[in-house]
Amino acid sequence: MSVSKEFTKGFYNENPVFRLALGLCPALAVSTSVENALGMGAAATFVLIGSNMVISILRKLIPAKVRIPCFIVIIASFVTIVELMMGAYLPELSKSLGIFIPLIVVNCVILGRAEAYASKHGIFLSALDGIGMGLGFTFALVLLGAIREILGDGKLMGYMVFGPDFQPVLLMILAPGAFITLGLLMGYFNMLDDKRKKKLEKGPSS
Amino acid sequence: MQEHLVVSASPHIREDVSVRKVMYSVVIALVPAIVGSIYFYGPRALFLTLLACAAAVLTEAVIQKLRGVPVAVTDGSALVTGILLAFNIPPGVPWWIPVVGSVFAIAIGKQVFGGLGYNPLNPALLGRAFLLASWPVHMTTMWLPGRGGTLSGLSLSGIDVVTQATPLAIMKSVNAVISDPASTTHQIVQAREVLARLGSSDTIANLFIGNVGGCIGETSALLLLIGAAYLMFKHYISWRVPAAYIVTVAVLTSIFGGPTGLFTGNALFHILSGGLILGAFFMATDMVTSPVTPRGMLVFGVGCGVLTTVIRLIGGYPEGVSYSILLMNIATPLIDGRTRPKKFGEVKQSG
Repeated sequence: MSVSKEFTKGFYNENPVFRLALGLCPALAVSTSVENALGMGAAATFVLIGSNMVISILRKLIPAKVRIPCFIVIIASFVTIVELMMGAYLPELSKSLGIFIPLIVVNCVILGRAEAYASKHGIFLSALDGIGMGLGFTFALVLLGAIREILGDGKLMGYMVFGPDFQPVLLMILAPGAFITLGLLMGYFNMLDDKRKKKLEKGPSS
Repeated sequence: MQEHLVVSASPHIREDVSVRKVMYSVVIALVPAIVGSIYFYGPRALFLTLLACAAAVLTEAVIQKLRGVPVAVTDGSALVTGILLAFNIPPGVPWWIPVVGSVFAIAIGKQVFGGLGYNPLNPALLGRAFLLASWPVHMTTMWLPGRGGTLSGLSLSGIDVVTQATPLAIMKSVNAVISDPASTTHQIVQAREVLARLGSSDTIANLFIGNVGGCIGETSALLLLIGAAYLMFKHYISWRVPAAYIVTVAVLTSIFGGPTGLFTGNALFHILSGGLILGAFFMATDMVTSPVTPRGMLVFGVGCGVLTTVIRLIGGYPEGVSYSILLMNIATPLIDGRTRPKKFGEVKQSG
């Protein structure tokens, strides 16, 4: 696999939310607005890059039997950094994300990448993987957040989209809106994938 | 060639019943209630119903086209969903409410799962639940009074507060006043007077005929029962679900429905008010989303009845018919599995 592929796979082919169905809890819970989605995505990306790099450095020192607790400790350190920094410099965002910042510790995207990638690859590739996956996660959250905020609040990044007469679809801000949007988007990406595969199959024969 | 040869397991019973026939019979059965809604709430009721139907049929056609399956909107199932959805919204809502509700009901409630026969939930009720969660103000305040009558169905409205609500909402607030220890004696006397009027024969008659505020198609028990009788006569719906449903509500509300103690509730009021008759006969009996076994139907009806009563008497909403049917829809596969009839000659396994 080429270096650029390691980086871009997180966006589409192995997008954590839409393709791997990982990290769904924060994706559903905090994607009520683009702002929250960006905050959550940035926090998760930072943790992902940091933990991927450290785990990659220590991969030969960590005994296989206790690797999961070791990963968790490393991830938790980075989450604590994020939590304290956010509380200090972005108190409002920190308030609106609430419990979901500390919960990044158990975000399966991060542990999943540590287990499946960082513990087997060098530091450079692991960092790239972290950036790619983190941006892919952020992309998914922002897409969800944009759809839900536009429909559920009539706004995008706090700006009115439809004018004052629009009656927002409250459901989209509530939990069912998250599930419906995610389900439809997953279906859409699966459909794109099917089409692409069909094209590839047809390609060589024609 | 393949289309002419049907290979199937026994029993090889040929019956002259098709989706189309059943669905158009349901439409015919709903006509009296449509006519009633026009009489009680004016032509706007018909306008909203037609909008809901048009949106439902159009959405179905567009999605079937996009999915690449045969466009089968003429089978009438989308039409029935449209009518039932319109029956579940207040007559005073803006025009886009039934349109958005129908689009959601068909797209998310039905076609996403694979179309007719694959939907786990009643599409019309899902559409209503969506509307209620998204626009609660429109869905709970835009009532219209019946023709020459009042919103509450009370023939005299001496107390201003009660004229702004539907019968079930009044019942709820009156019960709350009476059982609240902080209420003054004056308030309790007033509440008792309203309660007595709610149970009076005048009010019950208004509820039976449908001359009260409520959703477009749910108010007239009489007209709905005429349609239901037609469907039962045709054997398209079974008596089991509605009977189990209504009897359960009647028993539970007569025991627990009163504010002062057990056995002081008014079962007749609870049966005739709200959407119980509509729900029990036309929505809980939906062939796709309710059990097929006879015992399962009874279980389903009792479950709906218990949930409806619990929501009406204890829950936050005045009415619980739609949510109770949706919840029981989810339990339908479980009920069907548990109540499968014994095969002929089957012996109970020992051990």
